[in-house]
Amino acid sequence: MIEIKGLRKSFNGLEVLKGVNLTIPADKITFIMGQSGTGKSVLIKHIVGLIKPDSGEIWFEGKDLTKLSERELQKVRRKIGFLFQEGALFDSMTVGENVAFPLIEHFKLSKKEIAEKVRELLSAVELLEFKDKYPSELSGGMKKRAALARTLALQPQVVLFDEPTTGLDPILQITILDLIKGLKERYHLTCVIISHDVTLAFKFADYIAFLHQGIILKEGTPEEIKESSDPFVQKFIKSALI
Amino acid sequence: MNFFALLGRAFLKFIYDSGGIFLFFFKTLFYTFSPPYRIKLFIKQMEFIGVKSWLVVSLTALFSGMVTAYQVNHALAKFGGQSVLGGVVALTLTRELGPVLTAIMVVARAGSAITAEIGSMRITEQIDALKIMAVNPIQYLMVPRLWASVIVVPLLTGMADIIGIAGGYGVAVFLLNIDPGILLARMEDMVELIDILSGILKSIFFGAFLVTVCGYKGYNASGGAEGVGRATTEAVVISSVGILISDYILTTIFF
Repeated sequence: MIEIKGLRKSFNGLEVLKGVNLTIPADKITFIMGQSGTGKSVLIKHIVGLIKPDSGEIWFEGKDLTKLSERELQKVRRKIGFLFQEGALFDSMTVGENVAFPLIEHFKLSKKEIAEKVRELLSAVELLEFKDKYPSELSGGMKKRAALARTLALQPQVVLFDEPTTGLDPILQITILDLIKGLKERYHLTCVIISHDVTLAFKFADYIAFLHQGIILKEGTPEEIKESSDPFVQKFIKSALI
Repeated sequence: MNFFALLGRAFLKFIYDSGGIFLFFFKTLFYTFSPPYRIKLFIKQMEFIGVKSWLVVSLTALFSGMVTAYQVNHALAKFGGQSVLGGVVALTLTRELGPVLTAIMVVARAGSAITAEIGSMRITEQIDALKIMAVNPIQYLMVPRLWASVIVVPLLTGMADIIGIAGGYGVAVFLLNIDPGILLARMEDMVELIDILSGILKSIFFGAFLVTVCGYKGYNASGGAEGVGRATTEAVVISSVGILISDYILTTIFF
């Protein structure tokens, strides 16, 4: 689905990604795991062209995304959604207007059709009654759900989630991931989730990749990861399960 | 760090920012011609930059006109030349004070708000969110603001000219007891179309300049809330000083 080859990126002389190779499988939930500050967010921001690599390739639908112009990237971005850690909702718009925004920008729909679509998307994330609230009036979890509804408005094939559960209580974390799983089935999405929560990854992931010291240290199904003999992976798993 | 290193760093930042502002302006111009054309946002920005600035611009112009009349009369009285007071006040306002003070007040009121708004969108990833939704952020944020500013700043300048002259007239006639007939006749004699047009042309330049600088500083803000504050201060300082410097250059070109 998405193939990353030899991706390298440095910031101010510090090499964050040192040749990442990873294939993200289609129609699956892939967790990218690793310690804080290892460059997980940097990695997925490369996929949507928010950051340009120093070298390496990212292949999607037969195109190397790192070589595309901004105009060509815009077409790809309609197929790859991105959920920011804090939601990045437009604070000058209501929740309903936020969800309607991509619909108005990219589809020739009547006002009635847009209102119906907004209602459908907000119902899917269980936020319909907050349609007329502003983002500043929502809790952290609600913001993430509203942002998810806005991301889904463009009917993407792939959704990249930048730490969707960070800062939420354990019950809300499960709620959000249940929601993502349900939406993945409903809209046939390929999901990539950044997380450092091993328990959640083992419960929800179809595929897990460990990013450590700038490379993918280990990747595989949750069972393969559990049985990995790599000392770092084992240390990571054990420290999370204490 | 020694003096020369600081000087060098400041010079490099100046070159970097100047280049960045030019590129930002040309990108905004370029995206003007690519659809969608955001008429609603353009009108909203005209209201924000123009309608909401009229009071502060009017007050500034009124009192500037009044104080100019008062001070110029004081100087002219020394050699009995008070009859040209009306002309001098009108020339000062149309050529210099009208466009410059209007632009500086728009920087203070609307320009700073533009930097703060776009800057806070940058640090909360809202600009990245626009990109992700396949919307060009410069086209969405800057094109409506640029053209709104280019249109409303000259309109505000025209209004400031009229209010400032009216303020000067009021002081001259009611406080300094100058004959209104002579005042208006000298004004008509001395002010030519080029004086008014040069002021309006300056204000078109100022309108484009201030919105580009303020937008650029917000668009490139970094470092959280403190960074937005720093960007806003820099935007106001660069815009205001830039307006005064370019005013001198434009004046030497026009006259």
